[in-house]
Amino acid sequence: MNAPATPKYAAYLCSGCGLGDKLDVGALEKIAQKEGKMAVVKSHPFLCNAEGVQMIKDDIANDGVTHLCIAACSRRAKAEAFSFPEAAVSRANLREGVVWVAAEGAEHDEVRQEMAEDYVRMGCAEVRKMKVPGGNVKEASSKKILVVGGGMSGMTAALAAAEAGYEVALVEKSGALGGFAKNLWKRVPYAAPYADAQPVGAAELAAKVSANAKIKVHLNSTVTETAGAPGRFAVKIAQESGSVAEELCGAIVQATGFTTYDLAKLPELGGGQANVVDQAGLEALAKQANGGAIKRADGKEVKSVVFVQCAGQRDTTGQHLPYCSGHCCATSIKQATYFKDRDPEIDTVVMYQDLRVPGMGEDFYRNAQDKGVVFAKGKASKVSGGDACKVDFKDLILNEDASIDADLVVLATGQVPNAGVNLDEWTATVTAAESGDEAAKIKKGELQKISVLNLDYRQGPDMPQFKYGFADSHFICFPYETRRTGIYAAGPTRRPMDLLQATEDATGAALKAIQAVENAARGRAAHPRAWDLSFPSARLEGCTQCKRCTVECPFGAIDEDEKRFPKFNEERCRRCGTCMGACPVRVISFENYSCDTVGMQIKAVNIPDEFEEKPRILILACENDAYPALDMAGIQRLTYSAYVRAIPVRCLGSVNTIWITDALNSGYDGVMMMGCKKGDDYQCHFVKGSEMAFYRMSKIDDTLKQLGLETERVQTMEVAITDNARVVKLINEYVDQIKAIGLSPMKGFG
Amino acid sequence: MTTANQTAIAKYKNSFLKEVEANVEEGHWVRMCMQCGVCAGSCPLGNAWAHPPQEIFMMIRAGKREEVLGSDAMWMCTSCYNCIVRCPRKLPITHIMHGLANYAHRLGLAPKGQPTQATATLFWNNLIKKGRVNELTFSLALYFKDGFVQGIKNALNMQAVGLGLMKAKRLNPMEILGGHGVKDQSGLQAMIAKAREIEDRKKGFAK
Repeated sequence: MNAPATPKYAAYLCSGCGLGDKLDVGALEKIAQKEGKMAVVKSHPFLCNAEGVQMIKDDIANDGVTHLCIAACSRRAKAEAFSFPEAAVSRANLREGVVWVAAEGAEHDEVRQEMAEDYVRMGCAEVRKMKVPGGNVKEASSKKILVVGGGMSGMTAALAAAEAGYEVALVEKSGALGGFAKNLWKRVPYAAPYADAQPVGAAELAAKVSANAKIKVHLNSTVTETAGAPGRFAVKIAQESGSVAEELCGAIVQATGFTTYDLAKLPELGGGQANVVDQAGLEALAKQANGGAIKRADGKEVKSVVFVQCAGQRDTTGQHLPYCSGHCCATSIKQATYFKDRDPEIDTVVMYQDLRVPGMGEDFYRNAQDKGVVFAKGKASKVSGGDACKVDFKDLILNEDASIDADLVVLATGQVPNAGVNLDEWTATVTAAESGDEAAKIKKGELQKISVLNLDYRQGPDMPQFKYGFADSHFICFPYETRRTGIYAAGPTRRPMDLLQATEDATGAALKAIQAVENAARGRAAHPRAWDLSFPSARLEGCTQCKRCTVECPFGAIDEDEKRFPKFNEERCRRCGTCMGACPVRVISFENYSCDTVGMQIKAVNIPDEFEEKPRILILACENDAYPALDMAGIQRLTYSAYVRAIPVRCLGSVNTIWITDALNSGYDGVMMMGCKKGDDYQCHFVKGSEMAFYRMSKIDDTLKQLGLETERVQTMEVAITDNARVVKLINEYVDQIKAIGLSPMKGFG
Repeated sequence: MTTANQTAIAKYKNSFLKEVEANVEEGHWVRMCMQCGVCAGSCPLGNAWAHPPQEIFMMIRAGKREEVLGSDAMWMCTSCYNCIVRCPRKLPITHIMHGLANYAHRLGLAPKGQPTQATATLFWNNLIKKGRVNELTFSLALYFKDGFVQGIKNALNMQAVGLGLMKAKRLNPMEILGGHGVKDQSGLQAMIAKAREIEDRKKGFAK
């Protein structure tokens, strides 16, 4: 987009929604004109209606206005009415940010008006530093979707994408489609009345995938290299025979499934002994029986069977899987009905600690009870295999030791994710290999072999792994999102799940992949700023090559070029600005969001001298959760101190410490930084942003001491989107705290 | 051991659950228990039971025949129906308890001298004599169920109540001579005999 050569700045003030009653809009106009240096300043009693919007549009079209500050409601409100793609727009939040939260009554008129004036100054200052983002459409962008894994999840994702009209390349390691599901006799019911096991349908799905003209299936193949970024992933697919195919893809769905937990690791539960099988083993026996009587490996017909749940799962000793795989209770119920449906006289006992049947599983459970499957609440301590199997267990209801005899024992073992290489292990190995460790060099080669995607990223060949080795997922808010933009995890590779959940997961991931290719083609960011056309750029002449941006980027978007300068892969970038916050020399910026756009807002606030006893507190609020919470406080008419000035930031990770030192130097009495929950159960939309902010701010105490300021003057806090009442309390308590320690001695120097 | 008991043991061998399903009133519901424990927590007399219903059901599945049938637990049920109302699986728990108690009694395995059981037996025997409960003889029988001396003590304790009832014409002392009954006494006896025969056939007690 070609912006006119000469920028023209305009401010539009709204006096609707009670703004005109509680504020002196005329005075605000003068502020915008004189202090904000706006060439055009207009007010309107109902700015967001057709007439008000038309006024702005006319000014842009006829008057050459290029930059506008709208002083009305929050930037989260009326986004469609105030959308002017051809202009740079800032919003001064006078409604949710001032009149709805500042105390009522004439005695508060002065501080309320001061608050509004500051927001107008800030809005004008911000827009003067903004540019209209142009997007980063580069070359022809591929909309093909690569699906890695040909099991139920992979096939479902491939078919979903193909049916939506997208080309798909499906890579399967083995010689046939179908994955784990193709070895099942039947599946847990997924349709009403949820009473009996249903046909799996893996073969039918595989046939549909093979017959679809839009899907190219690569069997006996693995991905040996993935380079590039969303819209332009260059993928090398090697066949077992040695031939290599190349595909240019826009997005990737990783549906690499799981492996069953190794039975040999469970000798105390009879792992490895005759007539002790896992659930996969029983499926094989049932398939072999093909509807007839299920026989053991030695040919004897099974007349009694015990299912031991949580075998090597939910383990607290640290030897086995600590988690619950979610599907195994329903799977054992299904397998017990294999026997009961054939012959009700066969004794089937499911030994559980907590029976967990999510979804509609309760109906299935009840139906199995009705068929006579016995459910015993107990914990197996020892399983003996052989001709006459025996399960020793502790009865958890009767609180006593007991034992059951059976012809066959089935262990419900857990799912171990196929998620490729652990990046921590990778980094350690690569570092050791680079320092000349021979063993590490061999290990690096082995790791490359188990890698799923072999990504050409500086962070390592696969997506980051989660607790217990599952593939990355923003599991609380956006389950298919990973820290590798345009690469989506689906199915049991990202968390334990059953077939139904896996197929639902696959559909979701396919839709995310479609979004990603479309956004990449339009030069826009991917989730969560999916409309955003801005992208980061670095002023390389100022760069000190410290590598903080490349290391701290949560999404692996920044590489280093041959001269060790940061090299942005814009399509991988989510526009969080964590690099901008990390940069010690402040050379990274976005067109419409930079150290200057925020820095100038901070400096625009009028700081009263200390004798006026009006503190000024800066709030840097994450636009995803904390800022909406502040808005919501306004919508609910909760009251907080009119001494605060809130600035939304894209992520707390984008907060550059220069903003904090600038604020303190110019006489602010305190800074509150509000970001999302960090840690294992993070809610940060950019995964690591708030964590980085907390880490950086933990080091700011030294700076404060140098300035001779109390450490309480900078506070970092976690605020969730639902914290509207709490955020008010936090603000008011902090203002009291600041009043108690006294105003900043730094006033008047800024 | 009675013959009926030996027959039942021989017939069901190791599967007490199947025995309960076949012979105990509402016994087929036992398999549907999901061991949530709501019945145990809801029973107002729960702390007085040796085994709450949840445990009784688990013991049935575990094949603890003597322990279940010899237990006084189900005899403690006061039929408040809290468990039935609250059971998420809709098991008729109260009825199952009574069914178990009845089955244990029929097999002769119910605990000897258990007060509820003794009272119920006295009540039944009193009732079927003439088709009406003779309150006077039933009360006296209850007073003397634990021996003659205790019976005198009980009667003296209740003296004022008895006299009061007589004054209010709620108690006729002449009932001690046999009292009144239903009109068709022989028809009543025939009916009870037939009902017993049908039930014995259903529950496996047919001779």
